[in-house]
Amino acid sequence: MLSNRADLAELRKIYQKSIQTQKVKVLICAGTGCIAGGAKDIYEEFVRLMQEQGIVCSVSLEKEPHDESVGVKQSGCHGFCEMGPLVRIEPWGYLYIKVKAEDCQEIIDTTIKAGECIERLAYHKDGKVYKAQDEIPFYEKQTRLVLEHCGQIDATSLEEYVAVGGYEALEKALFEMSDEDIIREVETSNLRGRGGGGYPAGRKWAQVKGQSEPTKYVVCNGDEGDPGAFMDRSIMEGDPHRMLEGMMIAARACGAEEGYIYVRAEYPLAISRLVKAISQAKSYGLLGNNILGTNFNFDIKINKGAGAFVCGEGSALTASIEGRRGMPRVKPPRTVEQGLFEKPTVLNNVETFANVPLVILNGAQWYKTIGPENSPGTKAFALTGNIENTGLIEVPMGTTLREVIFDIGGGMRGGEGFKAVQIGGPSGGCLTKEQLDLPLDFDSLKKAGAMIGSGGLVVMDDHTCMVEVARFFMNFTQNESCGKCVPCREGTKRMLEILERIVSGEGEIEDLDKLIELADTISSTALCGLGKTAAFPVVSTIKNFREEYEAHIIDKRCPSKTCQKLKQITIDAVLCKGCTKCSRLCPVGAISGKVKETFVIDKSKCIKCGACIEACAFKAIRED
Amino acid sequence: MSGAFMLIDNIPVEIQGEKNILELIRKAGIDLPTFCYYSELSVYGACRLCVVENKWGGIEASCSTVPKAGMEVHTNTPRLRKYRKMILELILANHCRDCTTCDKNGTCKLQELAMRFGIKEVRFENAKKAIPLDKSSSSIVRDESKCILCGDCVRMCDEVQNVGAIDFAYRGSEMRISTAFHKCMAESNCVGCGQCAAVCPTGAITVKNDTAKIWDELSNPEVKVVAQIAPAVRVGIGEALGQTNGTNVMGKIVAALKRIGFNEVFDTSTGADLTVLEETNEFLKRLEQGKEGPLFTSCCPAWVKYAENNYPELMGNVSTCRSPMQMFGSVLKEHYSHSNKKVVVVGVMPCTAKKAEAERDEFKEEGIPYIDYVITTQELIQMIKEAGLVFDELEQEAVDMPFGVNSGAGVIFGVTGGVTEAVIRRIADDKSINTLRALAFKGVRGMQGVKEASIPFGDKMLQIAVVSGLKNADDLIQKIKNGEKQYDFVEVMACLGGCVSGAGQPFAKGDEKAKRGQGLYDTDRMSSIKRSEENPVIMSLYSGLLKGKVHQLLHVKYAGKE
Repeated sequence: MLSNRADLAELRKIYQKSIQTQKVKVLICAGTGCIAGGAKDIYEEFVRLMQEQGIVCSVSLEKEPHDESVGVKQSGCHGFCEMGPLVRIEPWGYLYIKVKAEDCQEIIDTTIKAGECIERLAYHKDGKVYKAQDEIPFYEKQTRLVLEHCGQIDATSLEEYVAVGGYEALEKALFEMSDEDIIREVETSNLRGRGGGGYPAGRKWAQVKGQSEPTKYVVCNGDEGDPGAFMDRSIMEGDPHRMLEGMMIAARACGAEEGYIYVRAEYPLAISRLVKAISQAKSYGLLGNNILGTNFNFDIKINKGAGAFVCGEGSALTASIEGRRGMPRVKPPRTVEQGLFEKPTVLNNVETFANVPLVILNGAQWYKTIGPENSPGTKAFALTGNIENTGLIEVPMGTTLREVIFDIGGGMRGGEGFKAVQIGGPSGGCLTKEQLDLPLDFDSLKKAGAMIGSGGLVVMDDHTCMVEVARFFMNFTQNESCGKCVPCREGTKRMLEILERIVSGEGEIEDLDKLIELADTISSTALCGLGKTAAFPVVSTIKNFREEYEAHIIDKRCPSKTCQKLKQITIDAVLCKGCTKCSRLCPVGAISGKVKETFVIDKSKCIKCGACIEACAFKAIRED
Repeated sequence: MSGAFMLIDNIPVEIQGEKNILELIRKAGIDLPTFCYYSELSVYGACRLCVVENKWGGIEASCSTVPKAGMEVHTNTPRLRKYRKMILELILANHCRDCTTCDKNGTCKLQELAMRFGIKEVRFENAKKAIPLDKSSSSIVRDESKCILCGDCVRMCDEVQNVGAIDFAYRGSEMRISTAFHKCMAESNCVGCGQCAAVCPTGAITVKNDTAKIWDELSNPEVKVVAQIAPAVRVGIGEALGQTNGTNVMGKIVAALKRIGFNEVFDTSTGADLTVLEETNEFLKRLEQGKEGPLFTSCCPAWVKYAENNYPELMGNVSTCRSPMQMFGSVLKEHYSHSNKKVVVVGVMPCTAKKAEAERDEFKEEGIPYIDYVITTQELIQMIKEAGLVFDELEQEAVDMPFGVNSGAGVIFGVTGGVTEAVIRRIADDKSINTLRALAFKGVRGMQGVKEASIPFGDKMLQIAVVSGLKNADDLIQKIKNGEKQYDFVEVMACLGGCVSGAGQPFAKGDEKAKRGQGLYDTDRMSSIKRSEENPVIMSLYSGLLKGKVHQLLHVKYAGKE
């Protein structure tokens, strides 16, 4: 138990010393992606081999360590998910990609014992070998502040977090700052909510503090639900204490004694890491009563969401924690006035809380030097889609889309052409080539008719059908609508219905007007943010790719050849030899003809499965 | 004068503590459409029809926007018209549109708004799945194909009645209103108060209609059909038939029933007089025996059901008296026991729970119910209309003998506090008219949901509570249970304001309900007999028909009661 500031300093000293005895550190990425790729086996293999071979290895920081050891650690997400499982080896900073358990012995012999890099495991691009992680273009252009520990320390160790400077911000907040100082610092830093809304966190905190009701809550929104977004998950998995520290500082500033983390149940690893982190913090007395001997009491509970996207909305989230149906309610009262259990509530997202220790420790002025004036700091993005380097990245606000996609992301996969990027998930909009130089910050994107959202970036190449993209997102929102207000419940259903008709070749030209009319009604009248933004993907794709809609509707053609029902499969009369193979293979008997004569496809029967195309030895069957 | 104004369609309107701008807009004489706004329920904000446009072009739901001085809103702009039409069209696209055969034809809010906004075409395919009707309840019928998910029923059932028999299930376009585990209404914890049907803007929840059965009985020459009319009916029926709301039109109702073909027509107030005497006896006996806890009234069948469901341990404190309708029903059946025709007793009630009460096994003798049918005020209106009677032109008639006399005390049963006042009149030591008048100001009158009174009785003060609305009742029970409150007598009516607000009555808002209550007090003031024990009919019943049968005919032991 740490009963005062000196105890914490002492603890830090002990483990700083301990960490220094680990001359070599093997950091195995233990994010969800790499675990799925076999990271656990790699970790176990390393430990087993070292123990067998008499190499002193420490899997956790010891209070009284050996003189020298090899630290083997399960770290948070390194970000370069495309290349996982990843293993980083310090002090050299090597990053090995696509590692297998079979590679462990070689890594031990060559790298751990001899300090040599195994080039075949290093990242290659255009004939160049990148031995060190920092040299890889994917990392080079990033500014990892919030994610600084992700991939650098053991994600399950409070001691290690403390050793690298963790809980120093809490210390400063508790012993050197008043509540007002904390709020002023956060307000001055202009830290804006990373969940998508961009509301200044400090202003929110001040509003909660200003409420006369003595009971207040701090709630962390970890209900990340956008398709393709995993920033918050990575923070919760990779650096849980940092987020807890942010929550503690918020609680201290606002006068809350209880906090809740709302995490979706689909994030089991994040939940288990948080559970562990909370219990560690409790056992050290960093959560509980009289934290570090002060009068500050704070406890955190975890609430598992049942996977409803709408529960990311503030009032639906608090309703869900209270055990009620996750449905947004009308405002006022706002969450800062009557949030959880009708008490004033600070509700911030994971990434926002993870920014707080940085602001407190380094000061608002420092924070404001990063990124543009109105959107300072960095932003984590999840890069997905038809891009070379999918993964988790962090860049200063204001970085352009081009830098993110082409420099960090490595450009389009397979050298295909860039078509669009969907930003902000189903609530966002799509940005096109013309907008590639748009700086990524709250205000610029809003002006461009998109939103930064929580930070999901789905990159799409030339082969993507934008009508299908719109249908996909509308299908998502429609499924996730809570059903409360009419425009969202009924309107999204009708929009989806129309989009489904269009991608099946049954669209009519009036449908475009109907879509726009519905979109206008839904955006203007829906009750909550989910509804108000539900139509954005449709509106922005109609605006930017109207000709694709028209091709589907008028020509009954999908320009990117994606829409199954609009595919046309024909047999070239010149090339067809009448071998009968296609006719025999067709599962629905749509192909007929006489031997050695040209065969024909009955379009009314054809299900466009493509089996005939693959089977034809003469390449006589084509898809248009 | 608050001195704070806001501009509604460029007209300054003074803000006087209104909670939202919708109230203010209505005060300004603009009937903004809504489906989900009721001042007695929480603000739900789901129908989005009450949207207004602010001076910056922002669209806000007026039901959930707090008025502020200097605010400017417009209620009828091209955008708003477009949105409202679209919202209505979306609702209609997902709605059974068999209006002509719907129970709510003519009183349906969706129909009214579709007409008002000139919806002539629905451009979307009707995707409503056919869901079978739930006719399992004795009180209400559910037709989900007509549900627009405004949630009024859910909030009524939960917030006002604390029953929570129905709630939302599933999400998005799959959302439905459902009982727990999708049980039928009859198997749910529904108490039959019917308030869900009262607030339902469409035909999704309607009061069970039994008029066809009554017509059959009326046209059968082998059957003598006898009606008894509850107090609240006479003040609730008028408005729908061209009279003023709250005016006592008992004479016209009697005339109408006679014209329709009822053989005998009586007044349930006579039964109420019996209830007063029996309940007072029970109350005094309890006081004498020093039994623990208050005596709860038992006139309201929805309350009895609620107590059975939630507080079985309190059933010993619920009066053993049958409700006035049931007391009178058993007296009537006894009276006609030697009739050469089959006698059918019909209760004309403001209440949907009475339908279920009449079907209870406790109120049957050898399988034959004391009350054969219950029709609501609304069903009676329908019968009057169906018969083509011009209500306005009907000559008033008196109820039949030998039960044609009732006291004012029996009439005020129809409004919250009435039962209590009637009982107090009976037990008051001083029977002078001044004392009686003073009673009215002891706190038992008024439409508030919770009232308390202290009445001197002998050498002690009786502590009395009057609650209406089951949530209010539940809160009171909690206070009694935790020792915070102690009462000798508690009157409970399930519907806020008492029977005048019953779900069988035509729909009325708060102040209209109060007018109905006032109508009953006016009738009481005009009656020459104020106290139940002064009713000669009652006295002759005790010395005649009821002799030796008081317990058998006037009291009940509910199943499950200790």
